[in-house]
Amino acid sequence: MLIKKPADIQPSEITPESVYRRRREFMRDGAMLAAGAMLSPLAAPVALAQQGDALKAAAPAGLTRTPPAPWWEGKFEHVQPAPSEEPFYTNESLTPYEDVTRYNNFYEFGMDKSDPHNRSGEFRTEPWSVEISGEVGKPGTYHLEDILKPHDLEERVYRLRCVEAWSMVIPWIGFPLADLIKRFEPTSRARYVEFETAIQRDAMPGVRSRFSIIDWPYREGLRIDEAMNELAFLAVGLYGSYLPAQNGAPIRLVVPWKYGFKSIKSIVRMNFRETQPNTSWNDLQPNEYGFYANVNPAVHHPRWRQDTERRLPQTLFSRQVIPTRLFNGYGEQVAHLYKDLDLARHY
Amino acid sequence: MAKAVGPSARTRPGPLKPAVFSLSLLPLAWLVWRIAGNDLGPDPVQELATATGEWTLRFLLITLSLTPLRQLSGRIEFVRVRRMVGLFALFYACLHFFIWMSLLLAFRWSAIGEELLERPYISVGFVSLLILIALGATSPKAMVRRMGRNWKRLHRLVYPAAILGVVHLTWILRTDVGEAALYGAILAILLGHRLWRHLTR
Repeated sequence: MLIKKPADIQPSEITPESVYRRRREFMRDGAMLAAGAMLSPLAAPVALAQQGDALKAAAPAGLTRTPPAPWWEGKFEHVQPAPSEEPFYTNESLTPYEDVTRYNNFYEFGMDKSDPHNRSGEFRTEPWSVEISGEVGKPGTYHLEDILKPHDLEERVYRLRCVEAWSMVIPWIGFPLADLIKRFEPTSRARYVEFETAIQRDAMPGVRSRFSIIDWPYREGLRIDEAMNELAFLAVGLYGSYLPAQNGAPIRLVVPWKYGFKSIKSIVRMNFRETQPNTSWNDLQPNEYGFYANVNPAVHHPRWRQDTERRLPQTLFSRQVIPTRLFNGYGEQVAHLYKDLDLARHY
Repeated sequence: MAKAVGPSARTRPGPLKPAVFSLSLLPLAWLVWRIAGNDLGPDPVQELATATGEWTLRFLLITLSLTPLRQLSGRIEFVRVRRMVGLFALFYACLHFFIWMSLLLAFRWSAIGEELLERPYISVGFVSLLILIALGATSPKAMVRRMGRNWKRLHRLVYPAAILGVVHLTWILRTDVGEAALYGAILAILLGHRLWRHLTR
């Protein structure tokens, strides 16, 4: 008997990976949207933003992110929209959600810009606690819910300038760092704040990598007057919704007048101290990355010119290359902090 | 008899060279495809610069592996495509350099000059490119004949060119040096093999 062999599958019939992935995301998002419609509180934050309440930016239609824990829902119900003028807002074009969440430096998840999006699925943000230590009146380890409780969330649209000479414009949701610091009553000896990022070895391929030359955990720091500046912000969301892991969930720093690496992600510790803390990049290459890392077009990094920046997203045929401004354009708010500092020496 | 076979075998047209030529164009075709589909991500210029740089290094390492492969396998075909593969390394290096000058620095000549002199990783990359250009320019058969023994001496510069290429890559990486370690290890094996042969001959 002749058994007819089925024709081999033609390569042209195979769905390209990018298409089926998009399809899966589409189906998943659709399913989540449906689930959200049934459990209306879950969808509240995004729905709120989409209804054109005064937030400057909403997550893309169809995208519903589940809150890390139920208590998060309430936090996002009343978010104060960004005002319409500088410095807490800029009318420059927003970098689209897809680029903000798929083009990241978060080396704990890998070196490639797409790694933080693709490889952070296992990262756990609940339960989350932050240790407050050092020169403060109320040290302790606090659950994030208690950390956030007294703070009303607000929206801020900031420029983000990476030391690699690209930049974005991002609508954050969060609250002023100064408000949090005051609550824990720093003593007069608290001259610096040191921050530390979480380590979850099993969920962070970059931390497991044998070739990584960063001594984890990632650490950053600010002078106390920098930390108390009105621009310094703790973000828990972007585009009207919860922070994705790759953007530093569940809580991260945003200091828009400094290069992006100062804006430390996924904070688990804030330590108040009298002496300048070690910071990860400064430890690794002190001649390249200073403690201050203020955006400065006149001081070039040994690897990257800093006089211009590529505003993302770009296409090859529409490339926006713009001059970089001192303090990323926030000089009016922060220049006074550095009036006695030689910015070329203290880069 | 052997004498008669030698040259004719060398010049015999076969599918080998066209095949290698086509394969070597695949990375370029892939990049053009991604440009056409606007699939280079939010920072396409950086992506193009990185991709062409990596392909330069890969072609250099492939070029350097052909002689050891011939020695180990005894097959002459490997050496027959050596010049072509080497020229493709030069080709991707030129693309890389051109993208850097045009798209990243927008032909701001003073900035380009500053970069070449003040960023050490760019300086070493540029020296490597100059070497590759010199090797490419002296690659036609007529030049090989004319230069005689000097040709071989000059073309030994491919070793420092490859080393500088790996240094150039290592220097731009911010942390995880895995990729550079891989290329460095391959280069070390290829150069080590030559050294070993030289010492044991």
